Amino acid sequence: MRILSLAGRRLAASLPSLLIILIGVFLLLQLAPGDTVDALLAQMGGGGDAATTAELRRFYGLDVSVPVQLGNYLWRLVRLDLGFSAIYGKPVSTVILERLPATLLLMSASLSFAFFFGLLFGVIAARRVNGWQDSVISTLGLLFYATPSFWFGLMAIVLFSVHLQWLPAGGMESIGEGFTGFTRVMDIASHFVLPTLTLGLIFLAIYLRIMRASMLEVLTLDFVRTARAKGLDETRIITRHVLRNAMLPMVTLIGLQAGTMLGGSVVVESVFSLPGLGRLAYEAVVQRDLNTLLGIVFISALLVIAVNFLVDLLYARLDPRIAREGS
Amino acid sequence: MSAILSIEGLTVGLPKGADRPHALSRVTLELRAGEILCVVGESGSGKSMTASAILRLLPPNVAIEAGRILFEGKDLAAATEAEMRAIRGAGIAMIFQEPMTALNPLRTIGDQIGEMFRIHTDLGRAETDKRALALLEDVHIPDPKLAMRAYPHELSGGQRQRAMIAMALALSPRVLIADEPTTALDVTTQAQILALIRDLQRRLGTAVLFITHDFGVVAEIADRVAVMQHGILVEQGEAAEVLQRPQHAYTQALIAAVPPLTAPPPRAFSSEAILRLEGVSKTYRNGGFFGRGKRVTRAVRDVSLVLPRGGTLGIVGESGSGKSTLARCIMHLVKPDAGVIRLGDTDLASLSPAQLRASAKRIQMVFQDPYGSLNPRRRAGELVAQGPMVHGMARGPAMARARELFALVGLDPAAIDRFPHEFSGGQRQRIGIARALALDPEVLVADEPVSALDVSVQAQVLKLLAELRARLGLSIVLITHDLRVAVQVCDLVAVMKDGEVVEHGPIGRVFEAPEHEYTRSLLASVPGRDFALAKGAAPLSRV
Amino acid sequence: MKRFLRDYARSPAAVVGLLLLILVIGMAGTADWFFPRDPLALAGRPLQWPGANPRFWLGTDNSGRDIAAQIFHGARIALLIGLVATSIAVGIGIGIGAVAGYYGGIVDDVLMRVTEAFQTLPNFLLLLVLVSVFGSEMSTVVVAIGVVSWPAPARLTRAEFLSLRSREFVEACRTLGMRDRQIIFREILPNALPPVIVYASVVMAVAILLESALAFLRLSDPNVASWGNLIGLGRDVLRVQWYVSAIPGVAILLTVLAVSLVGQGLNDALNPRLKGR
Repeated sequence: MRILSLAGRRLAASLPSLLIILIGVFLLLQLAPGDTVDALLAQMGGGGDAATTAELRRFYGLDVSVPVQLGNYLWRLVRLDLGFSAIYGKPVSTVILERLPATLLLMSASLSFAFFFGLLFGVIAARRVNGWQDSVISTLGLLFYATPSFWFGLMAIVLFSVHLQWLPAGGMESIGEGFTGFTRVMDIASHFVLPTLTLGLIFLAIYLRIMRASMLEVLTLDFVRTARAKGLDETRIITRHVLRNAMLPMVTLIGLQAGTMLGGSVVVESVFSLPGLGRLAYEAVVQRDLNTLLGIVFISALLVIAVNFLVDLLYARLDPRIAREGS
Repeated sequence: MSAILSIEGLTVGLPKGADRPHALSRVTLELRAGEILCVVGESGSGKSMTASAILRLLPPNVAIEAGRILFEGKDLAAATEAEMRAIRGAGIAMIFQEPMTALNPLRTIGDQIGEMFRIHTDLGRAETDKRALALLEDVHIPDPKLAMRAYPHELSGGQRQRAMIAMALALSPRVLIADEPTTALDVTTQAQILALIRDLQRRLGTAVLFITHDFGVVAEIADRVAVMQHGILVEQGEAAEVLQRPQHAYTQALIAAVPPLTAPPPRAFSSEAILRLEGVSKTYRNGGFFGRGKRVTRAVRDVSLVLPRGGTLGIVGESGSGKSTLARCIMHLVKPDAGVIRLGDTDLASLSPAQLRASAKRIQMVFQDPYGSLNPRRRAGELVAQGPMVHGMARGPAMARARELFALVGLDPAAIDRFPHEFSGGQRQRIGIARALALDPEVLVADEPVSALDVSVQAQVLKLLAELRARLGLSIVLITHDLRVAVQVCDLVAVMKDGEVVEHGPIGRVFEAPEHEYTRSLLASVPGRDFALAKGAAPLSRV
Repeated sequence: MKRFLRDYARSPAAVVGLLLLILVIGMAGTADWFFPRDPLALAGRPLQWPGANPRFWLGTDNSGRDIAAQIFHGARIALLIGLVATSIAVGIGIGIGAVAGYYGGIVDDVLMRVTEAFQTLPNFLLLLVLVSVFGSEMSTVVVAIGVVSWPAPARLTRAEFLSLRSREFVEACRTLGMRDRQIIFREILPNALPPVIVYASVVMAVAILLESALAFLRLSDPNVASWGNLIGLGRDVLRVQWYVSAIPGVAILLTVLAVSLVGQGLNDALNPRLKGR
């Protein structure tokens, strides 16, 4: 209960950030050359007389001053109305909801992959510090960190889809095959293998590095010496005393990097033609669909805040010192 | 009595590049059944290394090179790692200096004590819990049932050390190694823990190897004493014998440096007040986003004190008593919520920031930590010259002044080009004093100026303060947790507890006839009190 | 200084990193000398495999441009982006972090809310918004990358200042009557700087990766020889002539690796306590 109220408080504290983002990006987009109506007219083949343009401006609420527009926008957001996408001809919320599942799936898969293997490799490297296992793992970590994700994705397509033909090169599932049930799940899974690896690789590198450093740090702490003086063997010292303490910085990092990961999905979804939020953002920029772009900014921020909320809950479960704070 | 643990010719090598080749050279030592053997020495003497070597918990790159460690007929220096694990905790247990960090912060006390049984026995869960609870009762922890489920951060330092002792004694080890177990604790807590160790040791017949730097503690607890210096055992013998008739010059010096506990005859000082505190209060409020989860700490409550010109006022208290906050209020590093602080006739709160900066000349501070109080990236001379330069002196004359001050505080004036890390702790504290004196202050506030120093260095720095006071006519506020420090240099003393001054007056009166209950318990808690009292009056303040 | 160099040279990885970095700098410096022509001009028949034509030892791309020339000239762009964007990000970060960490209280609260806002918004998304608003000229892109990368160095600087400002040597400066500005810049900053400088290598690596991703999506400046542009171009012929994308990717990888290794080497040399880790 304490934990929940603490995390709830952190959630409330992120409201100002959300407001800053929305106002900031809204005002920023006012500086963009041309508005939604211009984009719409351009898409329809240009032209349009003054009366139609004014009519359209009124329809999209663009005929009033900027502060009033901002006020209207925020008020609509409170009612979860993200506006209308001129390009897709649908409400922005509908467009985003269609695209959300692919992104959520990609993010959770990549995060799990990076977390699990980062933890595993970090622990192995720290236990064999300066041994050959450590050297191999640390070198791979450095290489993964330096690899541009989109390039890794392209090369993986060349190798696994074009030459070996093991995995599909793009899309979310095989269209027209009519898979259902388990076969459909497996089909979608096979489509997500490469994107997950591509997006997760850099985070795997980051997590394994922090896990290794944090393990080595914790191993020097006094309570580890106490554990040794009790007669515990090294394996149990790691599993019972070091691991949980060493995981704390890594858990913090997940929250801090949720935004970076979401940003990375823009590129990865473009490489693998996944119909996700990131690709939608890219399309919105290219087609100057500002309403949709603003909606994506809002939803992305909410996603990051949600991830941080979960991370707070996890952290408080791991560390009893946090749960007590302020109660 | 026969030896349970005997160390024969133990030599421990240090890695290349250390200040000496051996951490320990040819140490020979015996711990007999049912005794408390104190191993005494200053920092770097190798006393803690001895403890680590016995359990073979030496830091990496440090290894036993020669000698034997015999425990129950087995040579630990040659034992396998598995054999050592069976002995650690069960045959020889250990407690450490820092109860704050020696327990795993993420696991409950009961779990960590229970782990002892899980490692070395096949007891079931219920039996383990029962025994852990009994142990916590044995060490007189308040509310043992609650303590079982508590996490380390929920206990006070003293309670944590009790929990550590309970854990160490779980399997009734034949030997308990205690590595400075009371150094990080307040004096009253220290007295309780020492009494507990003594009591348990008598009851269980455990042999205790007690590592300490404090001869007061030795006088309090030891049956026998071993004195170490630079990795060599210089003297050992019965406690009473060593304390009364030390043979080795180093032991003599250490014992001479133990401060006596009787106040010297009062000194004369002016009746005019240089610093006057009236109803000073400071409250800290933590957290409190949306008004929830607020924690209020009343660090200083309604303190009124007077420092006469030329006098020295000691402010004594344990950690959390608010003495350091009070010092920072006086220095205007912290703004008090209420009350007036007058320096001479000036109310400091009425000054503008610029005037306040200018008035900095009149009141200066010496800090506790000789490592943290000097900017590591500036040369020692610059650190001292900084003050005059801030107040408008040109660089040349300011550096010349720094040179003079170096000589005044007993440092080599040629050393002004060195960086702080090239000086020893005591020398660094002298630099700190020189920096404070560079502005010719009327009042010097010294916050625990000697608590981070070895006992022989403490005496030198206190002597320097007393000399400077006489030469420069300084008025001093001395903050300390150690009554033995206060009694050497102070004319007046104020005892603080939980932010309040519970008693104040001339030091002789407070020490001989304490009025407040807390003052009495503080005095009674000083380790080796009888020994210190027997040493007679302080020689220092007669300077 | 000598000792610092010796400490640095002790790690083979750091030396490899430095050599790689010198190689990239060398490529940037000699680009005009080896490839005096415009790297984006038509050079020969398109899609010649590396080694097939001795004139183009890394082959040509789908528009018939010399890949080797683009790699050499691209090194300039990568380094330019890395240096300028990193300077902007670290500059803003130190300024905000120092003020927030030193003053604390409301100032800290406000600045940290803004920093959190920047971290809550995915940085690549913000970059997209900035580019779509201000256009994709190289100067705009570089500034935009700097602007989205400052929160992490700001947090780091703030953490350093928070721990340093309560250190006794800072209190000592205040009791001497020193002004805040002097304390922040002359006393605390030199002590807070080493970890931030080391972290700058991370910012630089990320900046190079961000620009290449942007260029890959064809949202960066199409008129410069950026490695990312070339990868994006090569995507059209990926199935057969994969070398067009592969080669510039390796260039990015090695450059980022060099920067990271040098950063790590600096870190180890500056913090001897952590040696052997």
